[in-house]
Order: sequence, then structure tokens, then C-alpha cells
Amino acid sequence: MVAEVVIKTVSLKCSFAETTAIKNLNMEVYSNEILGIIGPANSGKTTFLRALNRLNYLNVSYSQTGEIIFEGRDIKQINDSTLRKKIGIIFALPQVLPISIFDNIAYGPKVHGITKKSVVKGIVENALQKAYLWDEVKDRLSTSATRLSGGQQQRLCIARTLAVEPDVILYDEPCSGLDPISTAKVEDAMRELKKNYTQILVTNNTKQAARVTERCGFFLMGELVEIDETKKLFTNPEDKRTDDYITGRFG
Amino acid sequence: MLAKGEKMNTARIREKVAFTVLGLITLLVVLPIVLTIVYMIKNGAGAVTWEFLTQSPRNGMKEGGIFPAIVGTIILIIGTMLFSLPLGILSAIYLVEYAKDNLFTRLIKLSVVNLSGIPSIVYGLFGFTLFVMVLKFGTSILAGSLTLAIMSLPVVITATKEALESVPASFREISLSLGATKWQTIRYCVLPYSIPGILTGTVLSLSRAAGETAPILFTVAAFYLPRLPRSVFDQVMALPYHLYVISTQVPNMPAKLSFATGLVLIGLVFLMNLVSIILRAHYRKKRQW
Amino acid sequence: MAKKVSEYVIEACIKLSGLVVIIFVVSIFLFLLKDSLSLFGVHSVRDFLFGTRWLPISEPPKFGVIPLFLGSLYVTLGAIILCVPVGIGAAMFIAEVAPQYLKNILKSLIEILAAIPSVVLGFIGIVWLGPFLRETLGLKTGMCGLTGSLLLAFMALPTVISISEDAIISVPKTYREAAFGLGATRWQTLWRIILPASSSGIIAAVMLGIGRVIGETMVVMMVTGNSPVIPKSLLLPLRTLTATVAGEMGETVSGSEHYFALFAVGLILFIITFIINLIADVCLRRARK
Repeated sequence: MVAEVVIKTVSLKCSFAETTAIKNLNMEVYSNEILGIIGPANSGKTTFLRALNRLNYLNVSYSQTGEIIFEGRDIKQINDSTLRKKIGIIFALPQVLPISIFDNIAYGPKVHGITKKSVVKGIVENALQKAYLWDEVKDRLSTSATRLSGGQQQRLCIARTLAVEPDVILYDEPCSGLDPISTAKVEDAMRELKKNYTQILVTNNTKQAARVTERCGFFLMGELVEIDETKKLFTNPEDKRTDDYITGRFG
Repeated sequence: MLAKGEKMNTARIREKVAFTVLGLITLLVVLPIVLTIVYMIKNGAGAVTWEFLTQSPRNGMKEGGIFPAIVGTIILIIGTMLFSLPLGILSAIYLVEYAKDNLFTRLIKLSVVNLSGIPSIVYGLFGFTLFVMVLKFGTSILAGSLTLAIMSLPVVITATKEALESVPASFREISLSLGATKWQTIRYCVLPYSIPGILTGTVLSLSRAAGETAPILFTVAAFYLPRLPRSVFDQVMALPYHLYVISTQVPNMPAKLSFATGLVLIGLVFLMNLVSIILRAHYRKKRQW
Repeated sequence: MAKKVSEYVIEACIKLSGLVVIIFVVSIFLFLLKDSLSLFGVHSVRDFLFGTRWLPISEPPKFGVIPLFLGSLYVTLGAIILCVPVGIGAAMFIAEVAPQYLKNILKSLIEILAAIPSVVLGFIGIVWLGPFLRETLGLKTGMCGLTGSLLLAFMALPTVISISEDAIISVPKTYREAAFGLGATRWQTLWRIILPASSSGIIAAVMLGIGRVIGETMVVMMVTGNSPVIPKSLLLPLRTLTATVAGEMGETVSGSEHYFALFAVGLILFIITFIINLIADVCLRRARK
């Protein structure tokens, strides 16, 4: 069975002023997979994620050459709003708006024109269920989201992203600030979401990558050194640098 | 040669002296402020009666009240707000959310600084030429409000700018990453959280506009109007102008009434400042980020 | 897609608003210039700038600004000599010496001073300060340059104090810690290290204070005596540039030479304050680095 290619980068180079963050990236992401991206700090992992939904351009010194193809189209031809709706992102630190839980999740649908109360209520509940947060907050949807714990906030961010019905979900070290129980809940959510979404997980935690991902790519200093099935990458990598990183000789 | 211990003592003595001098200097600043307020209250409070506030002046200003001047000032405050607020907020939004780091932006910022330094009488000249003569509004509420509004722009812009900049960058990033457009982000994710700062700055700018005389000298102020204004093309009386006229051009003016007028003007301006401060404190407490 | 159109409209308005501030500054300059040039068609620029007699109603009228310029200069110098040491001293006290509760009280008092409308201070000059100076110094009249300088110094204090205080506070903690580590007293640190380090900001504060003083209209119009002759001393009546415009504008005929001459005076005021603000802005930029 040939998996469908959802995202493909062709000779992608990303730079911030004089510094090159990604040198020459050629890779593919398949639909409905959970793809891991591992590597030491400053290897270009976050830059890669943020290039996919053009968030890098928020930085005035950013420039990019090469192509990113999403669902068959060059993303340059897709407008920002649509692209970011389809490719959602979860940041490392849970970022919630200082409004109610309900309003946080309803924000996405609102900016895309969905304001009918009954419809929005359904979307919010649906999203919270998929993020494994519904049971914990269903009785206090109107309380401020800032009162939730770190782990709950992060799942709120996932629900918020799900509410706009993306095709791809990007995770930028989502569990770095969370305790083990919250981390486990987030990972459970990811596994459940696999059925309907393509997910890319950037993580500093190689054990998490081993638990959750099916394929994994190793980034080092702006290059994709190796990408393969997770099991193989972790037990029998082709490149020595991959092996050194995974066994902890550096990183 | 002083031993080390002695040197330290000299230094400490010097410090005590210096700090005392600084304290005295500060007292030199503070005392007149307090005395001024006390002086105005002592001499004017007696005459600030309900009749004084609600009646028109009689007998060439020497009797009666200052009601039309109070009304005029309030009308000018409202007019100034209507013109300066939208323009100021939009300009600030441009500076914070859209402007790139180039010469044009530097020119805008320089212009804001310059506008805030232009003498008020020059604004009066400009307002007179543009609004009264060229646009033919005549000496009117319209001309006066527009002149005061341009004068208030720098304060509104600066306050709005600070309010916008204090909204965390992460808010914008969240909004954009969910697919909102730039304007949607500003409208739903930035502006609502900047309103406190904008409000505080606006009230402050209006309190200043309320006390200004020079810009309204040739653009709207009238010495005596028998009735309240009926349209924006009418002149009005105004508190600062009224005080100026009765203290320099009315012979045998009863001092009590002059003090009372000054006191009412101070009271109005202070009230607005107080509102601004209360707003600032209230919203700072409510802030959740 | 209808959403897109309204968004384009709003964003166009925002971008236009950024431009508006520049347009205002340029317009004010152009309006002043235009009417000034009408004067220079009949009178020479040299006679205007260097003429020593301001006699608008003589036949032929003389429009030399030297008396007015010197009037402004004297009054400003007098005000600055008083205001700068006091202001900087008070700023030092508030920033470095006063305990927190006192800091709050002092800052509130200074905000109160900043809020007092200039016409009220002019009024106090007429009813109290002028007569007081006349009696204590044995002058012919209390309406002289000194009265103006004192009141202007008072008025400019909030500007000088708050900007100087900002400059002092923004000196990095590391400077202080290094000095204390070497055994310096708080005074030594303040005088030898912090003050020099904040000099850019303090210079900016002084410049902005000067700008405020030069541009003030109502106070000088009410208390300096309105005598447009070359001032021989601060203890005699004089006339400033601002008071001339405000005082004589009401008596001119639109389109007459006198009318244009006042605009030319306004132009001078604009240019002076423009330059002062430019310098202050440069100093503030340097201070921020």
C-alpha cells in the first residue's frame, strides 16, 4: 500500500539574516502518520515546523528558498489564512488567551466565520473530547483558561487547533514543560488523532519519540541526516551521527 | 592623611549633607504645589455654589455663574475626543502592527514627537487658518474641537502605542497560527486587551485639552454668549478662556468669582486625571497576563 | 470574500492614518510659511529678523522681532536657571533617596502640578505673585519678566523631573552594584556614576523643558507686562514671541501686514521648537542605548 504524500519539501533552505537554519531539505511526510523530528538544539527542527505554516515570516529577518508542497500545491499559492487553518501548530509552552475555556476554543471557528451558537457549541465539545480534556472541564467551560494546569492548558491548545479542522497538526516540543502524567495524556491524544490527522512531532526527548512515532527524522545542524522507521532508527541507524545522538554521546 | 575609617566617615557625612540638600530641593518643589492648591481652595471654594455652577454670568461677568462656560468646555471635550480618538488609535495601530523598520516609520515617529512640542498658540494659528478661514467653518465648536484634537493626537497615539505593545506577542502568534488574518488578529486578539491603556491615555489627553486656552482663542471661544450653542458651527464660552478674560479684561471683577472659576477649572481637570488614574489601577489589577 | 474587501478598506485606513501625522506637521509648517511669505513680499527678512522695534500700529509699521525674541529668551533663561537644578535635584531625590511610600506621594504631587492649566498659573501670577514681587523687590510693577520666569520654571518642573527620573532609573543595576562593591556610598555612586551615565536623558529633559517654556503662551501673556521693547532686565515688563501672537491676533485685519507678521512670528516659534525637539529626540535615543 503506497502512502499518500501530504507534505514534501524540495531543496528547502531557511535563513534568519546571515544564519542558515536549514541548509537543503528534501523530505516527505505521509498522510496519517506520526512523524518524529529529533535532534539537538539549534538543528533546525522548529524552523522546519514553522516553515510549513509560514510562521517564520513573522520574523523580519527570515528568508527562504526552495519549495514546500502541501496536498499537491506549492504553499506559496495558498493564502496564509487557509494554510494555517489546514496546518495547525502546538507550541512548546502552553499559550492560552486570558478568556474562558469555551472562548479560547471558539476563537478559531470565529475567525473563520462560524459564529452560530449551536454549531460552535458542538465544535467546542467535539474538540475537547478529541483532546481528552472534555471530562475535566465540561462543567466549567466559562471559567478562565488561565486557571487550568499546564497539562490541561496544553490539551486545550490541542483542542483549539482541532476546532478549525486542520489536516496536519504540528507539535513543537509540546511536553517539555509538563509532568509525566500530563505528558502521557497528550501522547494518548496524539495516538487517537492519528486516525484522522497527519502529525509531526518535534521533540528533544528521544524516549518520547520512541514511544509515539512511527517514522523519525534526525536533524543535525540544519540537515536531515537520516529518516526511517522509528524502530530501525533507534536500534540500527545507518549514520554514525544518528547513533551517537540516540545513545547519548552528545545532544 | 586620613585613615581609612576616617575617610569613610567623611564620605558618610558628605552623603548625609547631600541627601538633605536634595530633600530640601524637593521640598522647594512640593511646597508651592500644595500651597497653590490650598490658596485656590481657600479663596474660591466659598463662591462655588450650586447657583454659580448653574447660572449664566450677569452684569458683565461680575455676578452670576459660569454655567455656559462649563457646558462649552464639556462640548469641546466631547468634540476633541470624537476627532482625536479614531485617528490616534488607527495611527498607533499602523505604527505597532504594520510599520516596517524604515525611514518612513522614523519620519512618522519624529512627527509625533514634533507635534507634541509645537506651542499651543501655533496650533491656534493653524486651526484658525485651516478650519476657520480656508474650510470656512468660522469660529465654531467644529474648528475648536478639530484644533484641540490635532493637539491631542500625540498623547493618544503614544498611549495607544504603549497599550498595543504591552499585549504579549504570543497572543498574536496564537491568533495567526489558527488562521486569522492580520486585521482579525488585531481586532479580536490585541485591541480588546489594549482598551484599558487606550482609555487611560485618552482621558489624560482630554484633561489637558480641557485646560487649554491658546488653541481656542481664535477658533471657538466667545466672551459672552446669551444662549447655549445650537449647532457645531456656533461659538461657545469655555472655562479657561473665561478665566483669562475676567482676570485681565474686566475691571473691578470681584476676586472671589475669579478664584471660583479657576477652582472649577482645576476641579474639572483634576477629576478627569483622577478618573484616568483609577482606570489604570483597576485594569492593572484585573490583568491576567 | 466580502470579508476580504472590508478588510482591505480597514487596512487602507490604517496605513493612511500613519501618514496623517506627517501630513499635519508638514501642513502646519506650510501654512505658517505661506502667510509669512506674504509679509516678506513687503518687508525684508533682515528687517524682520534683526529689527529692534516692534511697532505694528505706527506709520509705517515696524516688524522687528528682536525685542520679542529677547523677551522670550530672557524669560526662558530665567526659568531654566531656576528649573533645571531644582528639577534634577528633585529627580535625584525621588529616584535614589526617597523610600517607596514617599516616592508615590511625590510622584502624585508632581502629576498634580502637571495637570494645573497654564491659565490658572497665570491667574495666580496676577493676583498674588506679581504683587508679592512688586512689594518685596520694590518694583514699579509686578508684571515683569521675573514673574513669568518663576511661574514658567514651576510649570516646566514636571517635565524636567519625570524625564530626568526616567533617565536615572534606567541606568543599569550593574553600575550601582559595581560601585557598592567597591565601597562607594550611595551619594558617591549617584554623583559620580549614575548622574554621568544618565546625562543623555537629563539633557533631553532639559531640552524638553526649554521647549515647554518657550512655547508657553497664557502665563507670559498674563504676567509679563506685554511691553514689546528690548528688555533691559528681567525686573521690567517685556513681551515674548508667543504672547505677541496671542495678544495681537485679535486686533489685526485678516490679510493685513500685521496679520502676516504674526504668522511669521509663529513660524519662528515652530522652527525653534522643532529644532529643540529634534535635539531632545536624539538625546533620548542615545539614552536608550
